[in-house]
Amino acid sequence: MIELKHIVKEFNDNGRDVHAVNDVSITVNDGDIYGIIGFSGAGKSTLVRCINLLGRPNSGEVIIDGTDITGLPAKELREARKKIGMIFQHFNLMPSRTVAGNVAYPLKGSGLSKDEINKKVQKLLEMVEISDKAGAYPSQLSGGQKQRVAIARALANDPKILLCDEATSALDPQTTHSILKLLKKLNKELGITIVVITHEMDVIKTICNKVAVMEKGKVVESGDVMTVFTKPEAKLTRDFIKSTSNLSKAEEFLRDGNPTTRLKPGEVMARLNYNNVRVSEPIISTAILKYQVYMNIILADVEIVGDLSIGGTVVIISGEADNINKALEYFESQNVNVEVIKDARISA
Amino acid sequence: MQEFLLNNMPNVSAHWSDFVEAMKDTLIMELWAGIIAFVIGLVLGVVLTVTKTGGILENKPVYKVIDSFINLFRSIPFIILLTALMPLSRLVMGTAIYVRGAIVPLVFGCTPFFTRQVEAALAETDYGLIEAALSMGSSPIEVIFRVYLRESTAALARATTITAISLLGLTAMAGAVGAGGLGDFAIRYGHDRNMTDITWATVIVLVIAVSLVQWLGGHIAKKNTH
Repeated sequence: MIELKHIVKEFNDNGRDVHAVNDVSITVNDGDIYGIIGFSGAGKSTLVRCINLLGRPNSGEVIIDGTDITGLPAKELREARKKIGMIFQHFNLMPSRTVAGNVAYPLKGSGLSKDEINKKVQKLLEMVEISDKAGAYPSQLSGGQKQRVAIARALANDPKILLCDEATSALDPQTTHSILKLLKKLNKELGITIVVITHEMDVIKTICNKVAVMEKGKVVESGDVMTVFTKPEAKLTRDFIKSTSNLSKAEEFLRDGNPTTRLKPGEVMARLNYNNVRVSEPIISTAILKYQVYMNIILADVEIVGDLSIGGTVVIISGEADNINKALEYFESQNVNVEVIKDARISA
Repeated sequence: MQEFLLNNMPNVSAHWSDFVEAMKDTLIMELWAGIIAFVIGLVLGVVLTVTKTGGILENKPVYKVIDSFINLFRSIPFIILLTALMPLSRLVMGTAIYVRGAIVPLVFGCTPFFTRQVEAALAETDYGLIEAALSMGSSPIEVIFRVYLRESTAALARATTITAISLLGLTAMAGAVGAGGLGDFAIRYGHDRNMTDITWATVIVLVIAVSLVQWLGGHIAKKNTH
């Protein structure tokens, strides 16, 4: 378990003190995949470096499995670090060493014989599915392959924690997906606790069970991914969720005067945000049949989490004004938040 | 060979044993001063790198002292160092003249240059590698040997090549304290007595020496680049 308590980290930037991390407390339980999301400069990379003390906090406690590691002498801290693996955005593989040499790096001085080290390296490379590249140099690998090697290296000393600092930010979407899949597999098979730093909500959505949203050195919201996704409280969280959905394109269309947004008199363009809508409930058809309105779905982005739908649609509704109103009321009653984007009804 | 020299480079032929002696002197100065400067410069370069602001063993006073010391010695023209360091030479080597007397000033002339070269070479090391090593529990000593030095081998080979060649240039001046060597040989015979063939022979030997060093350095650098 990782407990960060009241972490404060300041930098001195040209005589000006900057609070990179300002009184952050979070708890990561064993087996969690804990996501920390924020824009660049939010302090998330600084925060994750406090977990293995690559950056020492000015104040606060870093408690790992009950021990406050900020008080450890240098040698014991190095031993503690061996049990906290870390991977980076730019992989940080040693260019002069082969893939196998990189993975063997942290095993020197571990008490293993040369033979045992070789075997372990082989096993690690198999685990990240890249054993065919053992003799290659990092410069001969693609980004995804490099990150796999970095993961193998980070796992060499059988750590209980893996820190991922923007580990997928330099990768294309497909490779990102495969690395995330690998991380999830390692979490499941090894029971390793993973802390993920990212600026992409997709990453959080794909693998995390817990999330903390950071802004200006503070955690503005945290909790279960499902809860945070379905009931975001902070504006930043909502923005992040929106950024992963294409429903926000509606505003762009309006601004650019896209033909789909030209409404006929009497029509309404609305965004329907699903909050905990049961997947089994056919609400759009129900509204159409019950209130005799026409619905033109312009955009849709629905994500299924558990048996709930998250996301929504952007629709243009036409029909009699009264019926439109009733249909909108019906949506509200079904836990669908209605946001009228453009209204061409004759104003009463 | 003898025949060729006799016909085309009569003076070289006449002073052949002096020529060989000069080559030996240059080689001795180059090797001794080079090896000593290499070791000291490497150590100082590493110390500068790790003690500078943001380094793994940040220590401002240590950095400042070495940094100023190097700037001081880099500002002094070598020909002045040669004579200014005579008392120190006497103390360390027992004499301030001949080849033995030239080693100390050569080391002082060459080490600051090499230290800066090492500092620049190590600065090329991506800080991400240092961070990765620290995150894996490496100690500062391990970071120095297993990351900084190991990952900069190619850059260090290039730095050593440049320094070795510039040291060869310095040895030419060592004649000022009677150290002999090729530079002195070329001045005394080639220039002072207008024996052009001696100047040419010296230049040819130096070009070969520089090319050899350059080739060796390039070869090591290439083998260590992946």
